[in-house]
Amino acid sequence: MNDRLKKREGTLDRREVVKAILDRRGDALVVTGLGSSCYDCGVHDHLNTFYLWGAMGAAAMVGLGLALAQPERRVIVVTGDGEMLMGLGALATIGAKQPQNLSIVVMDNELYAETGMQPTHTAKGVSLSGMAKAATFAYAETVYTQDELDRGIAAIYDTAGPALVDIKVSNKRYPMSIRLRDGAHIKNRFREHLLGEKAFD
Amino acid sequence: VKPETPARPWARDIYDSFKRLKIAQVAYVPDAGHTQLILDCEADKQMKVVSLTTEQEGVAMLAGSWLGGDRGALLMQSSGAGNCMNMLSLAQEARFPMLMLVTMRGEWGEFNPWQIAMGQGTQKLLEDAGCIVQRVDRAEEIGEVVFAAGTMAFSTNRPIAVLIGQRVVGFKDWSK
Repeated sequence: MNDRLKKREGTLDRREVVKAILDRRGDALVVTGLGSSCYDCGVHDHLNTFYLWGAMGAAAMVGLGLALAQPERRVIVVTGDGEMLMGLGALATIGAKQPQNLSIVVMDNELYAETGMQPTHTAKGVSLSGMAKAATFAYAETVYTQDELDRGIAAIYDTAGPALVDIKVSNKRYPMSIRLRDGAHIKNRFREHLLGEKAFD
Repeated sequence: VKPETPARPWARDIYDSFKRLKIAQVAYVPDAGHTQLILDCEADKQMKVVSLTTEQEGVAMLAGSWLGGDRGALLMQSSGAGNCMNMLSLAQEARFPMLMLVTMRGEWGEFNPWQIAMGQGTQKLLEDAGCIVQRVDRAEEIGEVVFAAGTMAFSTNRPIAVLIGQRVVGFKDWSK
Protein backbone atom coordinates (compact mmCIF):
# COMPACT_ATOMS: atom_id res chain seq x y z
CA MET A 1 0.00 0.00 0.00
CA ASN A 2 1.08 3.52 -0.74
CA ASP A 3 2.75 5.20 2.30
CA ARG A 4 0.24 7.99 2.11
CA LEU A 5 -2.59 5.52 2.77
CA LYS A 6 -0.90 3.54 5.55
CA LYS A 7 -2.86 3.30 8.72
CA ARG A 8 -2.32 2.48 12.35
CA GLU A 9 -4.71 0.72 14.70
CA GLY A 10 -6.51 2.81 17.31
CA THR A 11 -6.19 1.20 20.75
CA LEU A 12 -7.31 3.80 23.28
CA ASP A 13 -10.49 3.02 25.22
CA ARG A 14 -13.18 5.58 24.41
CA ARG A 15 -14.77 5.55 27.86
CA GLU A 16 -11.40 6.08 29.55
CA VAL A 17 -10.54 8.87 27.13
CA VAL A 18 -13.83 10.69 27.71
CA LYS A 19 -13.46 10.30 31.48
CA ALA A 20 -9.96 11.78 31.33
CA ILE A 21 -11.24 14.75 29.31
CA LEU A 22 -14.34 15.41 31.41
CA ASP A 23 -12.51 14.99 34.73
CA ARG A 24 -10.86 18.32 33.89
CA ARG A 25 -13.97 20.10 32.61
CA GLY A 26 -14.29 22.68 35.38
CA ASP A 27 -16.87 25.17 34.08
CA ALA A 28 -16.46 24.13 30.43
CA LEU A 29 -19.57 23.69 28.32
CA VAL A 30 -19.87 20.41 26.40
CA VAL A 31 -21.81 19.57 23.24
CA THR A 32 -21.93 15.94 22.13
CA GLY A 33 -22.55 14.48 18.71
CA LEU A 34 -25.10 11.71 18.31
CA GLY A 35 -24.42 8.03 18.99
CA SER A 36 -21.48 6.68 20.96
CA SER A 37 -20.08 10.12 21.86
CA CYS A 38 -23.42 11.00 23.43
CA TYR A 39 -23.37 7.78 25.47
CA ASP A 40 -19.70 8.26 26.45
CA CYS A 41 -20.47 11.69 27.89
CA GLY A 42 -23.73 10.44 29.38
CA VAL A 43 -21.72 8.29 31.80
CA HIS A 44 -20.63 11.59 33.36
CA ASP A 45 -23.91 13.46 32.99
CA HIS A 46 -23.61 17.16 33.80
CA LEU A 47 -25.95 20.14 33.57
CA ASN A 48 -23.35 21.86 31.38
CA THR A 49 -23.63 19.14 28.73
CA PHE A 50 -25.94 19.42 25.73
CA TYR A 51 -26.58 16.07 24.04
CA LEU A 52 -27.45 15.67 20.38
CA TRP A 53 -29.39 12.50 19.57
CA GLY A 54 -29.81 13.42 15.92
CA ALA A 55 -29.09 16.24 13.45
CA MET A 56 -25.96 14.42 12.31
CA GLY A 57 -23.24 16.88 11.32
CA ALA A 58 -24.49 19.59 13.71
CA ALA A 59 -22.14 19.20 16.67
CA ALA A 60 -19.25 21.46 15.62
CA MET A 61 -21.56 24.28 14.53
CA VAL A 62 -23.68 24.06 17.68
CA GLY A 63 -20.34 24.43 19.42
CA LEU A 64 -19.46 27.52 17.38
CA GLY A 65 -22.74 29.30 18.16
CA LEU A 66 -22.31 28.47 21.85
CA ALA A 67 -18.64 29.55 21.87
CA LEU A 68 -19.53 32.92 20.30
CA ALA A 69 -22.33 33.44 22.84
CA GLN A 70 -20.12 32.48 25.81
CA PRO A 71 -16.64 33.80 24.98
CA GLU A 72 -15.44 33.52 28.57
CA ARG A 73 -16.16 29.80 28.77
CA ARG A 74 -14.35 26.93 27.11
CA VAL A 75 -16.67 25.02 24.77
CA ILE A 76 -15.81 21.40 24.00
CA VAL A 77 -17.51 19.42 21.26
CA VAL A 78 -17.21 15.66 21.71
CA THR A 79 -18.25 13.84 18.59
CA GLY A 80 -17.50 10.86 16.36
CA ASP A 81 -15.65 10.56 13.07
CA GLY A 82 -18.83 9.83 11.11
CA GLU A 83 -20.60 12.85 12.59
CA MET A 84 -17.63 15.12 11.90
CA LEU A 85 -17.34 13.86 8.33
CA MET A 86 -20.97 14.79 7.72
CA GLY A 87 -20.25 18.39 8.70
CA LEU A 88 -16.79 18.96 7.25
CA GLY A 89 -17.71 22.42 6.01
CA ALA A 90 -17.88 23.47 9.66
CA LEU A 91 -14.09 23.11 9.88
CA ALA A 92 -13.71 25.78 7.19
CA THR A 93 -16.34 28.00 8.82
CA ILE A 94 -14.72 27.68 12.26
CA GLY A 95 -11.26 28.24 10.81
CA ALA A 96 -12.46 31.40 9.10
CA LYS A 97 -14.09 32.68 12.31
CA GLN A 98 -11.25 31.71 14.70
CA PRO A 99 -13.17 31.44 17.98
CA GLN A 100 -10.69 31.53 20.86
CA ASN A 101 -12.57 29.10 23.11
CA LEU A 102 -13.76 26.22 20.93
CA SER A 103 -12.23 22.74 20.94
CA ILE A 104 -13.44 19.74 18.98
CA VAL A 105 -12.70 16.23 20.18
CA VAL A 106 -13.30 13.47 17.65
CA MET A 107 -13.65 10.01 19.13
CA ASP A 108 -12.38 8.30 16.01
CA ASN A 109 -13.05 4.55 15.86
CA GLU A 110 -13.02 4.72 12.04
CA LEU A 111 -16.50 3.16 12.05
CA TYR A 112 -20.17 3.94 11.82
CA ALA A 113 -20.75 1.94 14.99
CA GLU A 114 -24.48 2.63 15.32
CA THR A 115 -25.38 1.36 11.88
CA GLY A 116 -23.45 -1.89 11.57
CA MET A 117 -19.76 -1.03 11.96
CA GLN A 118 -19.19 0.12 8.39
CA PRO A 119 -15.76 1.80 7.93
CA THR A 120 -15.73 5.58 7.63
CA HIS A 121 -13.32 7.49 5.40
CA THR A 122 -10.88 7.87 8.32
CA ALA A 123 -10.34 4.10 8.05
CA LYS A 124 -8.95 4.77 4.58
CA GLY A 125 -6.38 7.28 5.78
CA VAL A 126 -8.44 10.47 5.50
CA SER A 127 -7.17 12.74 8.27
CA LEU A 128 -9.55 14.99 10.18
CA SER A 129 -6.68 16.74 11.95
CA GLY A 130 -5.04 17.33 8.58
CA MET A 131 -8.24 18.97 7.39
CA ALA A 132 -8.46 21.08 10.53
CA LYS A 133 -4.84 22.18 10.07
CA ALA A 134 -5.59 23.13 6.50
CA ALA A 135 -8.59 25.07 7.82
CA THR A 136 -6.19 27.18 9.96
CA PHE A 137 -7.04 25.65 13.33
CA ALA A 138 -4.61 26.82 16.02
CA TYR A 139 -4.09 23.21 17.14
CA ALA A 140 -4.90 20.00 15.30
CA GLU A 141 -3.39 16.62 16.06
CA THR A 142 -4.17 12.92 15.75
CA VAL A 143 -3.69 10.94 18.94
CA TYR A 144 -2.81 7.25 19.22
CA THR A 145 -0.94 6.93 22.52
CA GLN A 146 -1.45 7.89 26.15
CA ASP A 147 1.34 10.48 25.95
CA GLU A 148 -0.21 12.04 22.88
CA LEU A 149 -3.56 11.99 24.63
CA ASP A 150 -2.15 13.87 27.63
CA ARG A 151 -0.84 16.59 25.30
CA GLY A 152 -4.11 16.61 23.41
CA ILE A 153 -6.17 17.08 26.55
CA ALA A 154 -3.97 19.98 27.62
CA ALA A 155 -4.52 21.53 24.19
CA ILE A 156 -8.30 21.07 24.46
CA TYR A 157 -8.33 23.29 27.54
CA ASP A 158 -5.49 25.69 26.83
CA THR A 159 -5.38 26.48 23.12
CA ALA A 160 -6.18 30.06 22.16
CA GLY A 161 -7.94 29.60 18.86
CA PRO A 162 -9.86 26.62 17.53
CA ALA A 163 -8.48 23.19 18.38
CA LEU A 164 -9.26 19.74 17.05
CA VAL A 165 -7.98 16.53 18.56
CA ASP A 166 -8.69 13.38 16.59
CA ILE A 167 -8.40 10.50 19.07
CA LYS A 168 -7.97 7.05 17.60
CA VAL A 169 -9.96 4.71 19.83
CA SER A 170 -10.56 0.97 19.63
CA ASN A 171 -13.68 -0.44 18.04
CA LYS A 172 -15.06 -1.58 21.40
CA ARG A 173 -18.77 -0.81 21.77
CA TYR A 174 -20.42 0.16 25.01
CA PRO A 175 -24.10 0.21 25.91
CA MET A 176 -26.17 3.38 25.94
CA SER A 177 -25.45 5.13 29.20
CA ILE A 178 -28.16 7.74 29.30
CA ARG A 179 -31.92 7.71 28.92
CA LEU A 180 -32.31 11.48 28.68
CA ARG A 181 -33.51 11.93 25.11
CA ASP A 182 -36.14 14.65 25.06
CA GLY A 183 -34.55 17.53 23.14
CA ALA A 184 -36.57 20.33 24.71
CA HIS A 185 -35.75 19.03 28.18
CA ILE A 186 -32.03 18.75 27.42
CA LYS A 187 -32.05 22.29 26.02
CA ASN A 188 -34.02 23.78 28.89
CA ARG A 189 -31.95 22.27 31.67
CA PHE A 190 -28.74 23.40 29.96
CA ARG A 191 -29.99 26.99 29.51
CA GLU A 192 -31.47 27.30 32.97
CA HIS A 193 -28.25 26.10 34.58
CA LEU A 194 -26.07 28.36 32.43
CA LEU A 195 -28.22 31.48 32.21
CA GLY A 196 -30.39 31.43 35.31
CA GLU A 197 -33.24 33.96 35.08
CA LYS A 198 -32.00 35.12 31.68
CA ALA A 199 -33.07 31.75 30.30
CA PHE A 200 -36.64 33.01 30.46
CA ASP A 201 -36.10 36.40 28.77
CA VAL B 1 -21.75 42.25 -18.07
CA LYS B 2 -23.55 41.73 -14.79
CA PRO B 3 -26.22 44.39 -14.21
CA GLU B 4 -26.12 46.66 -11.19
CA THR B 5 -27.76 45.32 -8.06
CA PRO B 6 -30.95 47.32 -7.49
CA ALA B 7 -31.05 49.56 -4.42
CA ARG B 8 -32.89 47.92 -1.53
CA PRO B 9 -33.73 50.50 1.14
CA TRP B 10 -35.64 47.81 3.10
CA ALA B 11 -32.33 46.16 4.03
CA ARG B 12 -31.94 48.92 6.63
CA ASP B 13 -35.44 48.17 7.94
CA ILE B 14 -34.40 44.56 8.55
CA TYR B 15 -31.24 45.71 10.32
CA ASP B 16 -33.29 48.06 12.52
CA SER B 17 -35.62 45.16 13.37
CA PHE B 18 -32.60 43.02 14.25
CA LYS B 19 -31.50 45.71 16.70
CA ARG B 20 -34.97 45.92 18.25
CA LEU B 21 -34.95 42.13 18.58
CA LYS B 22 -31.45 42.17 20.14
CA ILE B 23 -30.06 39.84 17.48
CA ALA B 24 -26.48 39.07 18.51
CA GLN B 25 -25.45 36.42 15.98
CA VAL B 26 -26.03 36.50 12.23
CA ALA B 27 -25.14 33.52 10.04
CA TYR B 28 -25.40 33.67 6.29
CA VAL B 29 -24.83 32.13 2.93
CA PRO B 30 -24.69 35.22 0.74
CA ASP B 31 -27.43 36.25 -1.62
CA ALA B 32 -27.48 39.37 -3.73
CA GLY B 33 -30.74 40.31 -1.99
CA HIS B 34 -28.97 40.35 1.39
CA THR B 35 -25.84 42.26 0.30
CA GLN B 36 -26.58 45.50 2.14
CA LEU B 37 -27.92 43.76 5.25
CA ILE B 38 -24.75 41.66 5.53
CA LEU B 39 -22.62 44.82 5.26
CA ASP B 40 -24.71 46.58 7.92
CA CYS B 41 -24.45 43.62 10.30
CA GLU B 42 -20.69 43.27 9.74
CA ALA B 43 -20.24 46.96 10.51
CA ASP B 44 -22.02 46.48 13.85
CA LYS B 45 -19.44 45.61 16.52
CA GLN B 46 -22.12 44.09 18.74
CA MET B 47 -23.07 41.48 16.14
CA LYS B 48 -21.15 38.27 15.62
CA VAL B 49 -21.44 37.58 11.91
CA VAL B 50 -20.52 34.19 10.45
CA SER B 51 -20.22 33.26 6.80
CA LEU B 52 -21.20 29.61 6.25
CA THR B 53 -20.25 26.97 3.70
CA THR B 54 -23.82 25.65 3.66
CA GLU B 55 -27.11 26.80 5.14
CA GLN B 56 -27.51 23.78 7.41
CA GLU B 57 -24.49 24.96 9.40
CA GLY B 58 -26.48 28.05 10.26
CA VAL B 59 -29.37 26.05 11.72
CA ALA B 60 -26.94 24.24 14.03
CA MET B 61 -25.19 27.50 14.88
CA LEU B 62 -28.44 29.20 15.87
CA ALA B 63 -29.16 26.29 18.22
CA GLY B 64 -25.77 26.83 19.84
CA SER B 65 -26.25 30.59 20.06
CA TRP B 66 -29.58 30.12 21.84
CA LEU B 67 -28.04 27.59 24.24
CA GLY B 68 -25.55 30.30 25.16
CA GLY B 69 -28.12 33.07 25.54
CA ASP B 70 -27.65 34.85 22.19
CA ARG B 71 -30.48 35.48 19.77
CA GLY B 72 -29.51 34.67 16.20
CA ALA B 73 -30.74 35.04 12.64
CA LEU B 74 -29.95 33.04 9.50
CA LEU B 75 -29.90 34.61 6.05
CA MET B 76 -30.14 32.53 2.91
CA GLN B 77 -31.48 32.31 -0.59
CA SER B 78 -34.38 29.97 -1.37
CA SER B 79 -32.00 27.53 -3.07
CA GLY B 80 -30.49 26.89 0.38
CA ALA B 81 -33.72 25.92 2.13
CA GLY B 82 -33.47 22.29 1.02
CA ASN B 83 -30.01 22.01 2.56
CA CYS B 84 -31.51 22.58 6.00
CA MET B 85 -34.05 19.76 6.16
CA ASN B 86 -32.55 17.27 8.61
CA MET B 87 -30.86 20.02 10.63
CA LEU B 88 -34.27 21.57 11.29
CA SER B 89 -35.09 18.48 13.36
CA LEU B 90 -33.03 20.29 16.02
CA ALA B 91 -35.54 23.11 16.10
CA GLN B 92 -38.53 20.82 16.08
CA GLU B 93 -37.33 18.31 18.67
CA ALA B 94 -35.65 20.70 21.10
CA ARG B 95 -37.91 23.69 20.30
CA PHE B 96 -35.12 26.06 19.41
CA PRO B 97 -36.22 29.48 18.24
CA MET B 98 -34.92 30.28 14.76
CA LEU B 99 -35.36 33.43 12.71
CA MET B 100 -34.62 32.69 9.08
CA LEU B 101 -34.80 35.23 6.29
CA VAL B 102 -35.08 33.67 2.86
CA THR B 103 -34.76 35.78 -0.28
CA MET B 104 -36.75 34.08 -2.97
CA ARG B 105 -35.67 33.02 -6.42
CA GLY B 106 -37.54 30.98 -8.97
CA GLU B 107 -40.92 32.62 -8.52
CA TRP B 108 -41.09 36.04 -10.25
CA GLY B 109 -39.39 36.95 -13.53
CA GLU B 110 -36.79 34.24 -12.96
CA PHE B 111 -34.37 33.81 -15.86
CA ASN B 112 -32.51 30.75 -14.51
CA PRO B 113 -34.48 27.49 -14.84
CA TRP B 114 -32.27 25.82 -12.21
CA GLN B 115 -33.75 28.09 -9.55
CA ILE B 116 -37.33 26.89 -10.11
CA ALA B 117 -37.13 23.56 -8.28
CA MET B 118 -36.15 24.95 -4.89
CA GLY B 119 -37.89 28.30 -5.35
CA GLN B 120 -41.24 26.62 -5.91
CA GLY B 121 -40.59 24.08 -3.14
CA THR B 122 -39.25 26.38 -0.44
CA GLN B 123 -42.44 27.17 1.47
CA LYS B 124 -43.76 23.61 1.44
CA LEU B 125 -40.41 22.06 2.43
CA LEU B 126 -39.87 24.48 5.31
CA GLU B 127 -43.42 23.88 6.54
CA ASP B 128 -42.94 20.13 6.29
CA ALA B 129 -39.77 20.49 8.39
CA GLY B 130 -41.78 22.17 11.13
CA CYS B 131 -41.15 25.85 10.37
CA ILE B 132 -43.77 28.55 10.53
CA VAL B 133 -43.54 30.38 7.22
CA GLN B 134 -44.50 34.00 6.67
CA ARG B 135 -44.25 35.81 3.36
CA VAL B 136 -43.62 39.43 2.60
CA ASP B 137 -44.23 40.87 -0.84
CA ARG B 138 -44.33 44.60 -0.12
CA ALA B 139 -41.07 46.41 0.57
CA GLU B 140 -42.58 48.80 3.10
CA GLU B 141 -43.74 45.87 5.28
CA ILE B 142 -40.45 43.96 5.49
CA GLY B 143 -39.12 45.56 8.66
CA GLU B 144 -42.35 45.01 10.55
CA VAL B 145 -42.80 41.44 9.33
CA VAL B 146 -39.25 40.55 10.42
CA PHE B 147 -39.82 42.13 13.82
CA ALA B 148 -43.10 40.28 14.29
CA ALA B 149 -41.58 36.98 13.17
CA GLY B 150 -38.60 37.39 15.48
CA THR B 151 -40.79 38.33 18.42
CA MET B 152 -42.86 35.21 17.88
CA ALA B 153 -39.84 32.94 17.32
CA PHE B 154 -38.06 34.00 20.50
CA SER B 155 -41.21 34.19 22.61
CA THR B 156 -42.62 30.82 21.60
CA ASN B 157 -39.39 28.87 20.89
CA ARG B 158 -40.18 27.99 17.31
CA PRO B 159 -38.50 28.25 13.93
CA ILE B 160 -39.96 30.95 11.72
CA ALA B 161 -38.91 31.60 8.15
CA VAL B 162 -39.72 34.90 6.48
CA LEU B 163 -39.79 34.51 2.72
CA ILE B 164 -38.96 37.77 0.97
CA GLY B 165 -40.65 37.64 -2.42
CA GLN B 166 -38.57 37.87 -5.56
CA ARG B 167 -40.87 40.65 -6.69
CA VAL B 168 -39.52 42.78 -3.82
CA VAL B 169 -35.93 41.59 -4.08
CA GLY B 170 -35.96 42.52 -7.75
CA PHE B 171 -35.15 40.09 -10.50
CA LYS B 172 -31.97 40.16 -12.50
CA ASP B 173 -32.28 41.55 -15.98
CA TRP B 174 -29.93 39.42 -18.04
CA SER B 175 -31.13 40.79 -21.39
CA LYS B 176 -28.47 43.51 -21.30
